[in-house]
Amino acid sequence: MTSLMKSAPRRMMVSALALSLFAGAAQAETLRWARVADALTLDPHSQNEGPTSTLLHHIYETLVRRDIDGSLKPRLATEWAIHADDPTIWVLKLREGVTFHDGSAFTAEDVVFSLDRVRHESSGFRALHSAVTGATAIDDYTVHIQMAGPSPLYVQNLTNFFIMDSGWAAANDVLVPQNFAAGEENFAVRNTNGTGSYKLVSRDPEVRTVLAAFDGHWAQTPPVTEIIYTPIAEAATRVAALLSGEVDVVQDVPVQDIARLQQTDGITVATGPENRNIFFSYDQVSPKLASANVEDNPFSHPEIREAMALALDRDAIQQVVMRGQSQPSAAPLPPFVNGWREDLNAYGAPDYDRANALVRGIYPDGFSVDLHCPNDRYLNDEAICQAFVGMLGRIGITANLISQSRSLHFPLIERWETDFYLLGWGVPTFDSAYVFNFLVHTREEGYGSFNGARYANAELDAQIESLATMTDLEARNALIAQIWDKVMEDRVFLNVHNQLLAYAVRDGINLPVHPENQPSMADVTFNN
Amino acid sequence: MADTKPQRRVFFRIWDSDVAASFRRSPVAIVSGVVALVIVLAALLAPWIAPTNPYDPSSLNLMDGFTPPMEPNAFTGNTYLMGTDNQGRDVFSTILYGARISLFVGVSAVLLAMALGISAGLVAGYRGGWVDAVLMRVADVQLSFPSILIALLIFGVARGIIPPTQREAMAIWVLIVAIGLSDWVQFARVVRGATMVEKGKEYVQAARVIGVSPLRILIRHILPNVMGPVLVIATISVALAIIAEATLSFLGVGVPPTQPSLGTLIRIGQQFLFSGEWWILLFPALTLLALALSVNMLGDWLRDALNPRLR
Repeated sequence: MTSLMKSAPRRMMVSALALSLFAGAAQAETLRWARVADALTLDPHSQNEGPTSTLLHHIYETLVRRDIDGSLKPRLATEWAIHADDPTIWVLKLREGVTFHDGSAFTAEDVVFSLDRVRHESSGFRALHSAVTGATAIDDYTVHIQMAGPSPLYVQNLTNFFIMDSGWAAANDVLVPQNFAAGEENFAVRNTNGTGSYKLVSRDPEVRTVLAAFDGHWAQTPPVTEIIYTPIAEAATRVAALLSGEVDVVQDVPVQDIARLQQTDGITVATGPENRNIFFSYDQVSPKLASANVEDNPFSHPEIREAMALALDRDAIQQVVMRGQSQPSAAPLPPFVNGWREDLNAYGAPDYDRANALVRGIYPDGFSVDLHCPNDRYLNDEAICQAFVGMLGRIGITANLISQSRSLHFPLIERWETDFYLLGWGVPTFDSAYVFNFLVHTREEGYGSFNGARYANAELDAQIESLATMTDLEARNALIAQIWDKVMEDRVFLNVHNQLLAYAVRDGINLPVHPENQPSMADVTFNN
Repeated sequence: MADTKPQRRVFFRIWDSDVAASFRRSPVAIVSGVVALVIVLAALLAPWIAPTNPYDPSSLNLMDGFTPPMEPNAFTGNTYLMGTDNQGRDVFSTILYGARISLFVGVSAVLLAMALGISAGLVAGYRGGWVDAVLMRVADVQLSFPSILIALLIFGVARGIIPPTQREAMAIWVLIVAIGLSDWVQFARVVRGATMVEKGKEYVQAARVIGVSPLRILIRHILPNVMGPVLVIATISVALAIIAEATLSFLGVGVPPTQPSLGTLIRIGQQFLFSGEWWILLFPALTLLALALSVNMLGDWLRDALNPRLR
């Protein structure tokens, strides 16, 4: 210090340099973010899928958002209420002074347009809006959404409903969502125009996506001004990238590396439960299975479904495959969700003798069937499937494991081309109706798009549809419990566990664990 | 006793031959030969040597997973020579079974490449003209792509053609075809060159003059005389094909994960590098290294031994 004191000009120079450095740091803060998979598409209404929605939340905005604690917070809508005179109308007040990335103003027309688009048959979010019959713009900042009946919980369905610019969509011929399962492409798949905190700078699918802070955003500009998003499918490579300083945030930390990263200087690991359960399901309806070596459908026998449940050793999977980083559970919904019950969660120890007897009672030589599994979506998904293949082998069921990337795996479920599969389901609405709509309801009119079990029960369908319009919450919860009892009795799902999440970040970066695994890099703060 | 005499004579003829003599004089050849022989025998006898059958999922106990080598498992108390992987598979047994798949795919792929390459080379070299031009341009085009890319392409096309239910069963055959088809070019070029030299020699012209059919000339007269360099390439190609198989399996497009080859084992082990389970990666990788290196060294030695100029 003394040497600096000697010459005033030099001191000024140094402080000027320090100032400019500091200013530079404050102006441009790049965050390099790596996770296991890329967004499947940037079309905001095409794929209802975790990584896709997470990335889209940075570019597009929703009317309401889910906070870390699970509560709803205003985003593009400032107020929402049921119409005073008509319980079938939702009244939304919109935020004023919001502009899209291309400069056009956000108005009620855009909400009406987006609501029509998200209800189109190629939309992956259709089931969330099945109770909507139409929407009207009352003025520039007021929208009335007309429901088929009273829908007190509808606003919970809006947390992944992204608002598009109607003018931009018309100009670029993207008035309807991309049909992903049919392999369609459109302009919105690689180009965006949202109101979000970040705009798209460049996109190289499966390689690198660069986002830059949007100057004209209605809220304060976030500390992170540039995001470089890199999907890294290989677990070890992802961790190596963090250790070597190539990335700053790793979202899907492999369970085997959590302990090591916690002990590494300069890296912080945050863990927390995710609102997502991992389960097996199977076609229990078709008369014959494409991949089975027997003449009927083995999964149509309640005894076989029971035997598979008896063979699943959840505790072993938790201890060895997940290294303790999971909550084993028989309930096909996470504890965050309205409708979860302690008794659904309970499971017994595996009983291979009894399971074997049940299988051999119907198929003395056992049977074989294909098991489809993603290998880049959930924590240790392929290893979970492999472990279950071993357990099934002990009861005479030969499962041929076919594990592949999620972009090949999910369409198999949507197109009913798999007999037996693994799937994980997050519940953004925090309500059981979401699970029923997508996974239990017969596949028709936007319902049941992920009902790979082909499960069809007209009585349940009617009950599920009535949930959307029930106003008496006590009766509604009783009906939810009743539906769960039937779903558990028919063993539509064979649940494995709920995922626990871990984010690893460089020291000095604060990124809280989001229960839906949808962290926003706009929320990142830096310690200095 | 009458039988053993000719057999002993054959043995001594081989023992006294130039090639055998050069083998005995080369320590590298002897060491590589022994290493390759041990691995091949261990792989062939895997069902009798291996303590467990890792391809039988029903025999696995998940709780055995991640057991370190020579240490009892905390839950089950079982001890394994080279530890276990994430599914509780004994790494030693899995290496034996995996080497079996690697060797089978490697050798079969090279046999396929040899059959294709020798046929194309003989025809191109003997007929010349447009047949030669067409075959060699095809070979040139293929040479301009890395063989692993061609194998990936063939693998992708095959996956598209084969119905999904057959894919797992056909995976190994697709792998053999993919590696074999990506590898025939070098055989074709060497055989074509040698054939062009041989066809001008007197014994071929003599055979032609007395009216021997071209097919017979190719098979009985020319083929035996071009086999020397083919054997050298074949040996080195086996090593390369084993590595190609490992690469494809490492990329996850090879054999199903429930029937790991050496490449699949390395892929699984690589996930646990940072978490301290080094044995899942190390032992399969060392086996692959020893196998590929020893076969390659044998090929090198064979090239020198068969080269008349080096004698």
